[in-house]
Amino acid sequence: MSEYILELNGITKIFPGVKALNKVQFNLRPGEVHALMGENGAGKSTFIKVIMGVHQAEEGEMLLDGKPVHFKNTRDAQKAGIAAIYQHVTSYPHLSVAENIFVGHMKKKFGVIQWKEMYQEADRLLQELNADFNSRSIMGNLSVAQQQMVEIAKALSLNARIIIMDEPTAALTKRESEELYRITRKLRDEGVAIIFISHRFEDMYALASRVTVFRDAQYIGSYDVDGITNADLIKAMVGREIKDLFPKPEVPLGEEVLRVENLCRTGYFKDVSFQVHKGEILGLTGLVGARRTEVVQTIFGVEKLTSGKIFWNGKEVKISSPSDAMKMGIGLLPENRQIEGLILDWGIGRNITLTELKSYVNKLFLNEKKENETAKNLAERVDTKAVSVFDKASSLSGGNQQKVVVAKALGSDFKLLILDEPTKGVDVGAKAAIYEIMGELAQQGYAIIMISSEMPEILGMSDRIVVMCEGRVTGELSREEATQEKILALAMAKHTVVEGGVQP
Amino acid sequence: MATKSGRTISHIKERSIKQLLIRWEFLLVLIFLGVNIMNANLSPYYLNIDSLFTNINGFMVKGIIALPMAYILLLGDIDLSVGGNVCLSATVLGIVYNATGSIWLGILACLATGTLCGALNGLVMTKFTELAPMIVTLATNIIFRGLSERILGDGSTGGMQKVDWFGKIFYGRVGGIVPYPFIIFAVLALVFGLVMHKTVFGRQMFAIGENKRAAAYAGIKVEKIRFLVFALTGFICGFAAIIYCANLGSVKSNVADGFELEAISMCVLGGISTAGGKGTMVGAVIAIFIIGLLRYGLNLINLSGQTIRIVLGILLILVVLFPTIREAIQNRKKAVK
Repeated sequence: MSEYILELNGITKIFPGVKALNKVQFNLRPGEVHALMGENGAGKSTFIKVIMGVHQAEEGEMLLDGKPVHFKNTRDAQKAGIAAIYQHVTSYPHLSVAENIFVGHMKKKFGVIQWKEMYQEADRLLQELNADFNSRSIMGNLSVAQQQMVEIAKALSLNARIIIMDEPTAALTKRESEELYRITRKLRDEGVAIIFISHRFEDMYALASRVTVFRDAQYIGSYDVDGITNADLIKAMVGREIKDLFPKPEVPLGEEVLRVENLCRTGYFKDVSFQVHKGEILGLTGLVGARRTEVVQTIFGVEKLTSGKIFWNGKEVKISSPSDAMKMGIGLLPENRQIEGLILDWGIGRNITLTELKSYVNKLFLNEKKENETAKNLAERVDTKAVSVFDKASSLSGGNQQKVVVAKALGSDFKLLILDEPTKGVDVGAKAAIYEIMGELAQQGYAIIMISSEMPEILGMSDRIVVMCEGRVTGELSREEATQEKILALAMAKHTVVEGGVQP
Repeated sequence: MATKSGRTISHIKERSIKQLLIRWEFLLVLIFLGVNIMNANLSPYYLNIDSLFTNINGFMVKGIIALPMAYILLLGDIDLSVGGNVCLSATVLGIVYNATGSIWLGILACLATGTLCGALNGLVMTKFTELAPMIVTLATNIIFRGLSERILGDGSTGGMQKVDWFGKIFYGRVGGIVPYPFIIFAVLALVFGLVMHKTVFGRQMFAIGENKRAAAYAGIKVEKIRFLVFALTGFICGFAAIIYCANLGSVKSNVADGFELEAISMCVLGGISTAGGKGTMVGAVIAIFIIGLLRYGLNLINLSGQTIRIVLGILLILVVLFPTIREAIQNRKKAVK
C-alpha cells in the first residue's frame, strides 16, 4: 500500500490558448492537512477541479490509495470519498440545512424521501461539529461560517476521506476562522486528509504540516511547514525576475489627469485616494476581494459613490453614468470582457464602432462603409487575428477578444484608459502584444490605470503601484522601490496586522 | 494599412445567393406566397384588387401596433398593454368629442392618453429595473381596460362619424383604390425600418437587446432608450386608436381585445427574437401580411373565429420552432459524421 492516500503526477490541463496546469504534482498523506498556495491564477482552483472530475486533465495520472483512478464528474469523485468545499458557498438558500446536506443523495425508501431519518442524521452530524443551529434552519438565514459548517457536514454525510477546502477563511472573521480551525483539526485527528487552499499564512501555520506551492500553472515545490519562513514562501510564490521582458517605455510625466479623494462606497471600499498623470501607467493591485474593480466601476459611473471627490484635470466633477465618463474622456476596459466589453454575437467591426456611432452618421443615417473601414483600421492597429470585420467576436480567442476591446477604446478620444485585468485568460503571445500597445498609448499621452493581480505584469508595466486590501488602500510604491515581496506584504496587510495581534 | 505582422483584415461584405436563401425573410416570402395561392384557390374573387385592399385594411390597425412592438421585442422587453391602451385611448377620443363637440380635441386627447399610458409603462420599468416587463404590462393592460370600463360601464361612446372626414380616415381610398390606412402603414413601416436598421438609435436598440451590460459600458443610455420606446409605443397605440375609431363608429370597453398577442405573434413570426437583439423590420412586415391574410383565408373556408385562433396558435409554435428543428437536424448530421 502506498504511503499516500492521494497522489497526482504530471497533471497538465489546457484551456483554449492557455495552459492552466503544466505537469504539476501533489501528494496527500492520510490524516494530514496539506496547504496549497500560490498567486491568483497560479492554477490552484483548476487543480482542485481536476481532482473533483469537473475538468479532465490532458496528461498525468491520479492515484487513490495507490491505484490509478479517473473521475468523469463530481459524482465519481464523491463516490470515491472526495468532497470539495468551494470558495463561494454553493447552496440552496431557501431550503433547510438538512436538504442542503443531503442534496443529490437524499435518503429514500421505495422512492419516498425519509425526512425524519434525514433530519436525525443531519442533526447528528451538526452536533459532531458543535454547530449552534439545527437541521431545520433555513440555509439563507445562516452566516457564511455556519453555511460552511453545513458544507462540511455534507462532506461528512458522503463519508468523505479527503476534503478539499478552497479559501474557506476568505470571508470569515478571526473568531469564525478559529472555529473552522477547530473543526478542521478534529477531522484530521479522525483520519480525514485535508487539502487547504488559502492566501493567509496564518491559516497555513495554524493547520498545515506541509505546504505545496504552484506558480504560473507549474509545481514549484512541497515544503514542511516547520522550518519554512514567510520570506521563503513569498519567494516561491512570486518567483523569478521578469521586469525586463516588459516593453515599458520611459515617458516623461505630464500633468495630472484624474485625482480621486476619499472615495467611499458603503459595503465595498473606503477612503480610496490616488491620482494618475498624462503618460503614466498606474498599477492597481491586491488580492481577490481587494475591491479594485468596484473602485474603477464607481469612477466610470457604473455604480454610485457614497462619498468622496473626483477631480478631472483639476476640476471637481460628478460622474453618474458611463456616458458621462466617456464624454469627459475616460474609457474602461472591463475585466469581464465577454459580458461587459463585447457583444459576442456581433462582428468585431460593429463591436469596435459601438461607442462612437455618432461619428459615422451621414446626415441621418449610419455610413456603414465608413464604419467598416474605421473598424478595419483599428483592428489592424492592435494586430487582431481575424479574417474580416464581420467575424463574430465569439469566434476569437480570449487574447484577440481583448484586442478588439482595446481597438474599441482607441476609436474614441479618451484621455484616460482604465484596463481591468487586461491579460486575464490571455495567452503569452497576445499578452506581449497588449503590453506593447499599452506602452505605445502611454507614449501618445494617454493616462492609464491598470488593474492586475499578476505580479510580473504590475511590476513590469507600472510607473507607480497602488496596493489595496479589503476595500482600502494599504500602500503606494514607486517603480523603483516596488518588489514582489513588498507588494504581497501590503496586499495582505490586514491579515499580517491581525496576526501580530495589533487589531482585534 | 496592414498589421505589424503583415496581416490584413477584410472590410468588404461577401454576399452570396446561398446566404440569401437561408435567410428567415426568404422563408417568410415563401409562406406569404403559399398563403396567397391558398386564398386564391379558395375564392375566385380573392385577387380582385378592390376586395384584396378591403381585406388588408382589416388588419392595418394591428399591423401599425406591431411596428413599435418590434422595437420593444428588439430591446428584449415585452408590452402586453397595447390592447388596453388602444381601448382606453379610443374611449377618451369618444368621450372628449362628445363632451366638447370638437373632433380635434378628441384626437389630441386620444394621442395624449396613448402616449401617457406608454410613458407610464416606461417609467415603472426603468425606475424599477428589477420588475419583469411582462408582469408590469400585464397589470397596466388590466388597469387601462379597467379605466375604460369605469368610464363607459356597459354602454358605449361614438358618433365621431358625424364629422364627415373622420370616417374617411379608415374608409377613404386614394384614387378610389388604395385605402388610407394602408398608406399610413406603409409610410410608418418604412420610417420604422429605416430607424431600426440605418440609424444610431436603431443600432443602440440592437446592442441593448443583445447585451444590456455591454451596451451600458459602451456609453449607451439603456434606460433612457427603453423609456422612449415604451412611450413611442404608447403614442402609436393612440394613433392606431384614431384609425380604429374611424372604422368602428362606436367604442365599447372590450374593443381591441387580444391585439397585444396578435402584434407579438406578427413580430415573432417575422423573426424578431423575444430574447432581444435579433430580427428585421422586413421580416415583421411580411409576417403582418401573412397572419392578416391567413386569417382571411381561414374565414373563407368558414372556420369559426375561435378555431382560427387555434390554427394561428399552432402555426406560430411550428414557425418559431423551425430554427430549433433545423439546428437539431444539423447537429444530428454532424453527430453521424
